[in-house]
Amino acid sequence: MSETLLKLDKIVKTFPGVRANRGVSLEIRKGEIHCLLGENGAGKTVLMSIVYGLHQPDSGQVIYNGEHLDLRSPKDAIKRRIGMVHQHFMLVPTLTVAENIILGQYPPWKILRHMDRVEEKIEKLSREFGLKIDPKALIHTLSVGEQQRVEILKTLYHGVDLLILDEPTAVLTPQETDRLLVFLKEMAGRGLTVIFITHKLDEVMQVSDRVTVLRDGREVATVVTAKASPRMLAKLMVGREVLLEPPPREGPKGENVLSVKNLFVNDERDLPAVREVSLEVRSGEIVGVAGVSGNGQSELALALAGLMPVAGGEIHLDGSVATNLSPRKLSCLGLAHVPEDRHRMGVVLPFSVAENFVLHEFDHPPFARNGFLRYKMIKSHAMDLVRQYDVRLGGVDDEIVNLSGGNQQKVVIARELHRKPRLLLVNEPTRGIDIGATEFVRRQIAAQRDAGAAVLLISSDLEELIALSDRLLVFFEGRIVGQIRASRDRIEEIGLLMAGKSGKDLVEK
Amino acid sequence: METVEPEIAQKPPSRRSDLKKISFSPRYLFTLGRKMAPPVAALAAALLVGAILLYAAGYSPWYAYGVMWEGAFGSRNNLAETLLKATPLILIGSGLAVAFRSGIWNIGAEGQLYAGAVAATLAGIFFTGLPAMILVPLVLLAGMLSGAIWGGLAGFLKVRFGASEIVTTIMLNFIAIIATSYLVTGPMIEEVGKFPQTAQIADAARLPRILFPTRLHIGFLLAMGVALASYLLLFKSSRGYALRTVGISPDAARYAGINVGAGLMISMAISGGAAGLAGATEVAGLTFRLYQEISPGYGFDGIAVALLANNNPIGVIFTGILFGALRSGSEVMQMNAQVPSVLVSVIQGVVLLSAAALGVFRITVAESRKE
Amino acid sequence: MEPLAIVSFLAAVLAATWRLATPFIFTSLGEVFSERAGVLNIGLEGVMLIGAFTAFAITFFTGSPVLGLAAAITSGLACGLLFAFLTVSLSANQIVVGAALNLVGLGLTSFLYRSIFSGRMETAREYVSFSPLEIPFLSSIRFFGDILFKQNLMVYATPIVVLLGSFILYRTAFGLSVRSTGEHPRTVDSAGLRVSMIRYASVLIGCGLAAVGGAYLTVAHTNQFNEGITSGRGFIALAVVVIGRWSPWGAFAVSLLFGFFYALQLRLQAVSGITIPYQFFQAMPYLLTLVVFVAMRRRAAPPGALGVPYKS
Repeated sequence: MSETLLKLDKIVKTFPGVRANRGVSLEIRKGEIHCLLGENGAGKTVLMSIVYGLHQPDSGQVIYNGEHLDLRSPKDAIKRRIGMVHQHFMLVPTLTVAENIILGQYPPWKILRHMDRVEEKIEKLSREFGLKIDPKALIHTLSVGEQQRVEILKTLYHGVDLLILDEPTAVLTPQETDRLLVFLKEMAGRGLTVIFITHKLDEVMQVSDRVTVLRDGREVATVVTAKASPRMLAKLMVGREVLLEPPPREGPKGENVLSVKNLFVNDERDLPAVREVSLEVRSGEIVGVAGVSGNGQSELALALAGLMPVAGGEIHLDGSVATNLSPRKLSCLGLAHVPEDRHRMGVVLPFSVAENFVLHEFDHPPFARNGFLRYKMIKSHAMDLVRQYDVRLGGVDDEIVNLSGGNQQKVVIARELHRKPRLLLVNEPTRGIDIGATEFVRRQIAAQRDAGAAVLLISSDLEELIALSDRLLVFFEGRIVGQIRASRDRIEEIGLLMAGKSGKDLVEK
Repeated sequence: METVEPEIAQKPPSRRSDLKKISFSPRYLFTLGRKMAPPVAALAAALLVGAILLYAAGYSPWYAYGVMWEGAFGSRNNLAETLLKATPLILIGSGLAVAFRSGIWNIGAEGQLYAGAVAATLAGIFFTGLPAMILVPLVLLAGMLSGAIWGGLAGFLKVRFGASEIVTTIMLNFIAIIATSYLVTGPMIEEVGKFPQTAQIADAARLPRILFPTRLHIGFLLAMGVALASYLLLFKSSRGYALRTVGISPDAARYAGINVGAGLMISMAISGGAAGLAGATEVAGLTFRLYQEISPGYGFDGIAVALLANNNPIGVIFTGILFGALRSGSEVMQMNAQVPSVLVSVIQGVVLLSAAALGVFRITVAESRKE
Repeated sequence: MEPLAIVSFLAAVLAATWRLATPFIFTSLGEVFSERAGVLNIGLEGVMLIGAFTAFAITFFTGSPVLGLAAAITSGLACGLLFAFLTVSLSANQIVVGAALNLVGLGLTSFLYRSIFSGRMETAREYVSFSPLEIPFLSSIRFFGDILFKQNLMVYATPIVVLLGSFILYRTAFGLSVRSTGEHPRTVDSAGLRVSMIRYASVLIGCGLAAVGGAYLTVAHTNQFNEGITSGRGFIALAVVVIGRWSPWGAFAVSLLFGFFYALQLRLQAVSGITIPYQFFQAMPYLLTLVVFVAMRRRAAPPGALGVPYKS
């Protein structure tokens, strides 16, 4: 048995209103890959942020290499060769790779004379570890996968014995994921210790030596992966057996609701993001859009929702032209849209729950009369929906910012679905919400389909797409590169398509 | 699981209508007290700083403040002067509250006031034959429109060209003030006397006085009306809902089908119109003519007035009167106690600083819902 | 005008250009640092006034403009400390604090000026300031001698200070962290640097240089103080930063442009026989700013985290 590298002893960390860690103890051994498994909100990220010095624990101890650690800032962690790759990359988009890597490395008065030497060293490292990158490239010109490489290179550059990765595969294709996992195993073979935060069981089984399951800010169990089964881990993670898949749909598909022909959309920088996309969604079916994020799915959704101009092509909704219409008009035509970024778009955080429920209808009767809001109606409407959609809250006057992510999303779902849409456009409906809410949201989406709505579901979660969709469209670089029946045994092909390794033979009707 | 707590669910929706039925229950007083405490503490801190300055400069703070209080509220006439100075501040502050809640930083109320004053003067000089019933509204309308256009211009530049409204409104301030200086020394200069000022506006264009024998005119009531209207607009109307959404999250507003650009232009025009109206009431109610420095910086004080009231137009009435009192009181203080009246700027600035330190405005930025 | 008259008119305008641009150069360079670190300070006008008054008062009593300048920098740093404490440590709204700083700056300097100097104003308000320093030989070159080589020390200092500023911003570890902080403070935090410290430092640089810009007006450009002597220059500096696209040399160039219009307006007022009202030239810099905004469209992108308080 190898020796212990990191020991956490009864770590407690509380934020205003949230008890993130309630006494977590944990041991990490030298050279192992140790997975931290848990739902969103289980306290994984906070715990590792403590190890990385971003947060200080309220109580409890961090013992590293036998030494008691009192980390005041990430600087202390970096000094002890602890590195972390965050879920949201810590890179300055306007700077180069090299500049990002040396950020924080030198005392402020240090003159940066030899950037070429830094660049050389980065190139050497990237060759040595097979992480190809141009050190002079500006970060915002890199793909997400490349940016992750920069993050890993950053830790290697600083020197690292313990590498913490927070949900590193969330933004990767299955192939990129595989490559990352192989890389990590290789690094572990060279003596690197890896802590891998995830909520994906497959990855745990594939990569880790041991796994610790966290739930509600406590560690539930630490097990040797070889002796565990996915089912058992899932049970530990959620504390109950879960049924993620909604019942399959009965009944035939109906008429065409959405039809898109040769659609072109440019992104915010006016570069083509969606190219020549044609698709159809019929009443009573769920069409899934798969793809690594950043391949035009967001732009497709925004264009369909009237939030981004269509550069070319046509959109028809229920037979009428819906190209470049305002969101308001589209909503009248029967479109409901659950947007990707809940906090930026889906809800108005400082508004009350009741006010959030009328985001589309605040100036329609019965919520407004003669230009004035009728708070009585707005509130009773909110109370109805809260009951119907099982939103957990104190009262409808609460600001929505005080609700959990899952309950916020329920508000969005309730608001969009109660209008009985003809076309339901759903983008990342369960990102960042707990498993209970996830299940609820998925059931609601399926129920809409059963009620005859046409559903276009965009998600970076392949499991979700497969569980819900009738068929899948795979996006790569703004194009549909494959259309495939949603089925678990096709996951390999889907992954290849997502990575742009398309073969025409994969397209099927 | 039953999730809506029955107690809360059954409670009649009352918090929204605080204003209509003010009940003096202990709980209401407590919330009110909690809302009022930071601004009051900020004022106390500012007065303390002022006192230290006074003392250091060799004045007696007690005496100076006594004279100041006397000057602001001591007599019917002094009170009227306070309210006169509060009038443009309340008008401007109400408009700025709308702009700030809509997420646009209009720093240009001063220029918009000048634009309004110019137009009001033109109307008051030009339409001499009209009866007061028509001319007074016409003069006010001219001022309001002119201010609205001046403000709307900055809104247009922001929406169309992405120009920072902070910079453009400051530029437009300078341009309006310089243009006024040109007009009163050139094309609009009075026929006789040749001072850099215009002729007087028609008698029928002047605002009626409301508190004889003081100079207080109907503009003060108008200002209260504008404050109330701004409040209703912001917090009770669907247009206000749209504007506040734009202010908090432009993306959510677009998603909700709200035209963000139009919202920004509207709120710039509203705040510009209110400032223009302030210019018009100054001309039509007080000076009866235009000259170079028609505003002693009301447009900038108005920013503080709105912010200190947490961008709530009802609160603006109080902060406007407070700032008006500081101004008129300090003038009397200068006359009777020989203390430089500019002290008031320090006091106003420190009020804002302390309020910022006490976190009064964090609410404005992070959450714009509560009144 | 005669050709010769035009040349000498031009020489006079250009010589004044650099002089009049100097307060903008100092102030906007400082604000470049502040905004690059994510802090928007609209209180520059107030800080400049405080700097101007401090420099004036200290020079008045000590007779040394160098001491006056040093005192002005100190006063600017004090303003910066206050501004940073409120906006960085307490996360107060930057616009609010900036607006307040303007009020305090105007009120405080005017109050102190009247309290301290009202009695002696007429008798002894002149003092020795930084006077023009003619550089031997060079200053006697025709045309260029007047424009470039008969300035005072603070004017000569501007390109050096801008060069230094540019070097610090782009070639030092500190500059790298400043540029990162304005774009993506969380990254800076995660790299083990203190966002708050970097913002404090940048705000201090900003306010310190704004005070220098103000001091220039009372110990170099003139040798007196009057109320509101900065007359809106602090606000212009804000525009300069935007039009100069948040770069030190950009700010330098745009400052010179504004200086040129100031000079032109002043000179044209003095020239007889010109029918265009002088107010037109007065308004030129402001109109120009608006035109530039329209011309730039949306190309100038401000730092990503400008104006946003950081909470770890």
